[in-house]
Amino acid sequence: MKSQLISALRLTLAMMVLCCVLYPALVWAVAQAVPGQGAGVQVSRNGHVVGFANVGQKFDKPEYFNSRPSAADYHADASSGSNKGPSNPEYLAVVKARLDTFLVQNPGVKAADVPAELLTASGSGLDPHLSPQGALVQVPRVARARKLAAGRVRALVREQVEAGTLGPDQVNVLKLNLALDALGSNK
Amino acid sequence: MNKEILGILLIFGSTVLLAIPLGRYLATVYRGDTSWTDFLAPFERLLFRIGGIDANRGMTWQQHLVALLTINLVWFIWAMFVLCTQGSLPLNPDHNPSMTPDQAFNTAISFLVNCNLQHYSGESGVTYFSQVFCLMFLQFVTAATGLAACVVVFNALREGTTEKLGNFYNYFVKSITRILLPLSLAVALVLVFQGTPMNWAAKAPIVTVQGDSVSVSRGPAAALIGIKQIGTNGGGFFGVNSAHPLENPTYLTNAVENGAIILIPIAMALAFGYYLGRPKLGWMVFGVMTAGYLLLQVPTVALEMHGNPAIGHLGVDQSLGSMEGKEIRLGAPASALWAITTTVTSNGSVNAMHDSLTPLSGMNTLLGMMTNAFYGGVGVGFLNFFVFIIVAVFISGLMVGRTPEFLGKKIEAREMKIAIVIALLHPLLILTGTALSAHLYASNPTEYAGWLANPSYHGFSEMLYEFTSSAANNGSGFEGLGDNTPWWNISTGVVLLLARYLPIIGPVAIAGLLARKKYIPESAGTLRVDTATFGVMVFFVIWIIAALAFFPALALGPLAEHFTLY
Repeated sequence: MKSQLISALRLTLAMMVLCCVLYPALVWAVAQAVPGQGAGVQVSRNGHVVGFANVGQKFDKPEYFNSRPSAADYHADASSGSNKGPSNPEYLAVVKARLDTFLVQNPGVKAADVPAELLTASGSGLDPHLSPQGALVQVPRVARARKLAAGRVRALVREQVEAGTLGPDQVNVLKLNLALDALGSNK
Repeated sequence: MNKEILGILLIFGSTVLLAIPLGRYLATVYRGDTSWTDFLAPFERLLFRIGGIDANRGMTWQQHLVALLTINLVWFIWAMFVLCTQGSLPLNPDHNPSMTPDQAFNTAISFLVNCNLQHYSGESGVTYFSQVFCLMFLQFVTAATGLAACVVVFNALREGTTEKLGNFYNYFVKSITRILLPLSLAVALVLVFQGTPMNWAAKAPIVTVQGDSVSVSRGPAAALIGIKQIGTNGGGFFGVNSAHPLENPTYLTNAVENGAIILIPIAMALAFGYYLGRPKLGWMVFGVMTAGYLLLQVPTVALEMHGNPAIGHLGVDQSLGSMEGKEIRLGAPASALWAITTTVTSNGSVNAMHDSLTPLSGMNTLLGMMTNAFYGGVGVGFLNFFVFIIVAVFISGLMVGRTPEFLGKKIEAREMKIAIVIALLHPLLILTGTALSAHLYASNPTEYAGWLANPSYHGFSEMLYEFTSSAANNGSGFEGLGDNTPWWNISTGVVLLLARYLPIIGPVAIAGLLARKKYIPESAGTLRVDTATFGVMVFFVIWIIAALAFFPALALGPLAEHFTLY
């Protein structure tokens, strides 16, 4: 028994060197060669970091394409889903209220054109994407708020759609809104 | 949408295709035959020398268990020490505090038993030192423990009569050097190239486009995620696990991580056949497991793609499916695929919030953990399945009026008693825990109001899920449950311990007893176990014991909720 314990201790130490020092060091070394050097891919504008490409951020002003509802309120150090069950009456009331708000902020849009993703919280609370329809349904509002032609904004969304080979088509909200700001400044 | 169906078919199909050669390779490594990874042998000899271990010494089943439990005890003490003092240890740039003792107890146990139930949030509850030197370390060694125990059982089922069932340390070390490390490294490198962080810096403060100040958590995530998936551990780096866009940034990473969840469990089923030189036996096990898995998987994909009817009533566009708790880049079908693969194995990582699944999908994730043998965790999944095989052999033997035999060994009263105790332990732990919690809650709903994030049937499901996940050593959760309280930390901690070690000790003991018995060569009267007929028999034994025991509880939770919605 005593010799077993000593063997266990010594083997544990050896394994710790292998799994907790050598292995992460190797992954870290490879990470130095990829974009972002393993610190996450940052997005900058005019020399200022304005976000991470893969981390969603809050857009709730009318002149921006709004990101999805978030249980974490887009705090990127406290990711969280809503964990609301599908039959929870309070939750369903919140979804209904989100729909009503959306219809008021986007006059002329019918409920049938609003994709459910704009009314439901994402898993991480940091979803960086919208579906193409989730962005397109916001085009009239954004165009009106920016006094741009709707066709121009719609074309911009179409440019920003990343078609999934096997996965869903998606639009990165941060990149879309940066492109939108750029569009406004060179008119 | 069709493209996404094709996507999940490809993920599953290519994983099975990879598992076939991997199964052969596992059998080769554990038998000690020549393989292309023999170049690691000098390095392994060095590890044995450091440990003062003679890796060629044969061990009896009792010696195996003593070695296994002793080294596990060492890891438990180490984990408690690290988690209770992490606030003062190095690699803590975000200045996260030490854990409370009850939370540390739960976390240490939970990672020690390969469960990875997380009653903390990765961003704020642990330090980089804990993540790497405690949690990731346990993810490697506990997976290797499960594999080693499984190989002991393989060994016992070989032809002939023996007391010695190989060397625990030999299987343990080789599981890490030749299987877990290389595969984890492959997954981690894909993640790194797709944008998952692997750094040691503190949170990055940024000002967003709209002018909000936020901090973005990062850290040595990619390395941990590799072994988290390969070792069916499932404990994520960030709070929301693989739903987090840094932990699972693209559809490709999702495909690789999801494949990694079921890769070794499938390969281990096939390795069983190759190890004994009876590949058909491995395919029988694989067939039964796959049938059970598909029975849960197919309806879940359909339900999640169909969406939540209560939201459908609002007249909105639900063409993407039920999106509460899901991520756009992954979509409903790939989230449904993950939900079932992570629960039939004992992985428990999530890429969508299970609490927000439609009721019957939630039930299917529960059933995946309740049966706990349709693939199952690395090594231990096969051990659970082995218990059901023993029961099926016994019942089949009684049905045809012959002495029950499995691979030339008589199954007698002693083995049967152990098998039945292990098979019934699982429902006992889950249902007792849930009943006690429901009783506590019902007797004082205001005192325990913080427990449940959802009322009514769904609230009951949250409690049922927590104990099911603990007993299955799964680790996923209906995370609406306010589970960082002494009651949940301690009660699930106890369930975790019992549900890990007894289902390892039981099958190893059965195997040890069988190995000692006289070997009876096969004859015309032998029950053939590598046939479809026997496979069907095992399948029904699993459903009758594992699924029906839970029917009343499921009727109170997900089934009742389903009928209020549809």
